[in-house]
Amino acid sequence: MSSLPDETGHFGSYGGRFVPEALMAALDELEQAYADARADPSFGAELAELHRSYTGRPSPLTDATRLSRHTGGARILLKREDLNHTGSHKINNVLGQALLTRRMGKPRVIAETGAGQHGVATATAAALLGLECVVYMGEEDTVRQALNVARMRLLGADVVPVTIGSRTLKDAINEAMRDWVSTVDTTHYLLGTVAGPHPFPVMVRDFQAIVGQETRAQVMELTGGLPDAIAACVGGGSNAIGIFHEFIGDESVGLYGFEAAGDGVSTGRHAATLFAGSPGVLHGARSYLLQDADGQTAVTHSISAGLDYPGVGPEHAWLKDTGRAQYDGVTDAEAMEAFRLLCRTEGIIPAIESAHAVYGAVQLGRRLGPGTVIVVNLSGRGDKDVDTAARWFDVLDPPADTTAGAPGEQM
Amino acid sequence: MIAAAFERARSEHRSALIGYLPAGFPSATGCVRALRAMVEAGVDIVEVGLPYSDPLMDGPTIQAAVDQALSAGTGTREVLATVGEVAHSGVPVLVMTYWNPVERYGVERFANELAAAGGSGVITPDLTPEEAGPWLAACAEARLDPVLLVAPSSTDARLVKITARCRGFVYAASTMGVTGARTAVSTVAPGLVARVRKVSELPVAVGLGVSSGAQAAGVASYADGVIVGSAFVQVLLDAPDEDSGIRAVSTLAADLAEGVRRRSP
Ligand SMILES: Cc1ncc(COP(=O)(O)O)c(C=O)c1O
Repeated sequence: MSSLPDETGHFGSYGGRFVPEALMAALDELEQAYADARADPSFGAELAELHRSYTGRPSPLTDATRLSRHTGGARILLKREDLNHTGSHKINNVLGQALLTRRMGKPRVIAETGAGQHGVATATAAALLGLECVVYMGEEDTVRQALNVARMRLLGADVVPVTIGSRTLKDAINEAMRDWVSTVDTTHYLLGTVAGPHPFPVMVRDFQAIVGQETRAQVMELTGGLPDAIAACVGGGSNAIGIFHEFIGDESVGLYGFEAAGDGVSTGRHAATLFAGSPGVLHGARSYLLQDADGQTAVTHSISAGLDYPGVGPEHAWLKDTGRAQYDGVTDAEAMEAFRLLCRTEGIIPAIESAHAVYGAVQLGRRLGPGTVIVVNLSGRGDKDVDTAARWFDVLDPPADTTAGAPGEQM
Repeated sequence: MIAAAFERARSEHRSALIGYLPAGFPSATGCVRALRAMVEAGVDIVEVGLPYSDPLMDGPTIQAAVDQALSAGTGTREVLATVGEVAHSGVPVLVMTYWNPVERYGVERFANELAAAGGSGVITPDLTPEEAGPWLAACAEARLDPVLLVAPSSTDARLVKITARCRGFVYAASTMGVTGARTAVSTVAPGLVARVRKVSELPVAVGLGVSSGAQAAGVASYADGVIVGSAFVQVLLDAPDEDSGIRAVSTLAADLAEGVRRRSP
């Protein structure tokens, strides 16, 4: 299983390269540079040192005992990617690709971003390594994640709001690809998730696999065995693959991805690509996507900018079809319920993306039963979402009713 | 039919002129009228674009047109209908489409229905030769010419691989970049065309950036075909109404047709 993708970047029928010919030379160059870097111990050593002394890895595993009271007896462990420098798992991949950019001798990186976490991580690494940085971000996302726009600009990046199409993550990827076609000699496209043309899905997975590797060791140390299940939110799929990958060969470990069901899958206003989509080609690879009868990409909705994406990485499509992983949707309201629950029970404000996984894990715990161990990839912290969450809960709770944690804890 | 159009141009010692518009732009009927007006003014081959939600290869001009066409409800069936109406004008008609709409419609079904509508070929800007197997088989079966793109960054080995899979002509993207009119047409295009000629007998058409008769004449001095898209879209976007837009398309097409006959260096 771990030999996937094949040498042309396919996971079964998924993956591959569906890109303008103008990008093929750059993808070949990247594939070669990545292969060389993997074979070079100094590359791995430099990356490991950055993980340790810059990001703060290994990220801790937190035994969420008060949250676990809401699961019918299952024990929830939180893999704390929210504690990484820049506030999410995105930095793991960014540091790897930024070092690779320097190896390729390119002075400029571009990136897309939805929630802004990948953009912030990229701007950070660009500052660290002295690279020029342009981040494309859908205009709608620049509004709902304004704090991260400011962070990127403080770090010296140029943030370009994308005003075409749905003005969210998918359009930011389109603009980044257009930039890349014209600037490929000097620019690396630092893609933030396990989507896109080969070699991005495998390379980003490899850079994120450290999450699962640490998790295995930490769970073994804490519990003496493997977990029963792993839960992660799925936008493009990088934090999920990052924690899944290490466990794919362990059939006893259930792998569960939670996508954004928005207002509910039946309303059509959602971003549950694997749960409700169909195979097709978007952004350079074949995978599942949300599309209409003519193959036009659907307009998605999620309260979470980082999950508001109609595509998903090809390896997830393969994991779904083979049954090795299960994917389910979590609505905006459910995610926000879990957001509050985690705040109130553990003193952790999660990213709204990660709150989808928390909700999924609590439900899963009730299904799997007492004594089971579930690891949640807590992919990011919620600083960027404080404004959204404050407004959300103002709507649900009249100001007079803020005394008890009880409503939030009832989940 | 595509080969014959290039052959005719060659016998007249000139390059072929290829005009593009997205189906449904500026309207369903306006697109058909504009394409017919191009043909009357001297366009040899017509490309009908299939409007797609995520046009990665297109700059702002074509994005705007495609957006308008999609908002007006232009789908795959409407594209095929447009091809049918333009095919009556007697010139070869190709569809230019990103890959996903074809895969979604059904590869064989798309090829067969396009051929039945009178289409001659399909240009697929994001289909690499590595992924094109089933599509090439469907085109062969339906007697359609598949046209893939080559780029300045293509290695010689890739030029061999790509051109071996093309029929009708080879589409040379003249610059590294997205569609859109440029004040100066690329300096790398002549070299790319020369490299293609070393590995393929097919006519080579150059696209991306041509907007005037003078530029067309420049490209015609080294290429077998001159492809014009954004410039036609732009005059339609600029026009106060459809009728005057179509008159502007005629005027531009005549200027370009004169250009491909001039072949100034
Ligand atoms: C905290 C956090 N989690 C998850 C995601 C979703 O991305 P992915 O599915 O690639 O992990 C994002 C994306 O912005 C994010 O910021």
